[in-house]
Amino acid sequence: MTGDPRKMSCEEFQAQLPELIGSGEDASAHPHVQGCDRCRALLADLETIAEAARQLFPSVEPPDEVWTQIESAIKREGK
Amino acid sequence: MPNSSSSAQARPGIRPNGGTERANTAPGSANAVEADVLALAQAGDHQAFAQLYGLHKRRIYSLCLRMVGNVAEAEDLTQEAFLQLHRKIATFRGDSAFSTWLHRLAVNVVLMQLRKKGLSLISLDEAMEPTPEEGPSRSFGAPDLTLSGTIDRLALEHAVAELPAGYRLIFILHDVEGFEHGEIASMLDCSIGNSKSQLHKARLKLRDALRAQERPEERT
Repeated sequence: MTGDPRKMSCEEFQAQLPELIGSGEDASAHPHVQGCDRCRALLADLETIAEAARQLFPSVEPPDEVWTQIESAIKREGK
Repeated sequence: MPNSSSSAQARPGIRPNGGTERANTAPGSANAVEADVLALAQAGDHQAFAQLYGLHKRRIYSLCLRMVGNVAEAEDLTQEAFLQLHRKIATFRGDSAFSTWLHRLAVNVVLMQLRKKGLSLISLDEAMEPTPEEGPSRSFGAPDLTLSGTIDRLALEHAVAELPAGYRLIFILHDVEGFEHGEIASMLDCSIGNSKSQLHKARLKLRDALRAQERPEERT
């Protein structure tokens, strides 16, 4: 890998992405991104997906029957 | 029927209590109350166990539903997770937050079910290492296409449901439920780096799927 992040290839940059993003760094400020439309677009898409994920699958309550079943099973196991 | 505590109800985008659960144990705080309830449940108090169910049922049921996408199956898995909790609760030693420990237990119940269903999922290790053909395409050689600004929620939910189980699990735990990589690593017995890597691959795969939906004529 090259020592100068501006000369980094897309492959080299993307190999670092999981750690860059996962550690909370601003990956869009990386020198490679400044000069690479493809990686900038990739980052934008990944951010869009992560943002959208927060609205997915609203949490829901299980029906009361689930607790009824659990209680019955606990009683059976206790016998 | 046990009631849910508002403090224990995870909402989309709101981080579960995992990492902070033991931070505030002042008398009367929600965490102190749960610690008391937990101690009673560990001593065999059925009413206390019912309270614990009320505190955590929403999160566990939602996790199961998000993973299997089927209400009846999610109910069965929730039941099994809490039955296992009942059997094992005395072994909880407080090395991690209780909610993380319970989540880990539920995750294993879900993975066991996926294995029974014949998915290519023999163990958690394998769940964390999908086969190469299940992996996302690499972007540096791909056409320069980006998603249009907004993502249709249903399209994304469909794409998540189509992810290999290991990717789906990490994505749901991190991006949907809000767990940190450290908590996920603890839950799944993997490294933090592995959690970051799998999440990244999951997002790349979702990007592939969404781009294919936006441009169906380019599907092969």
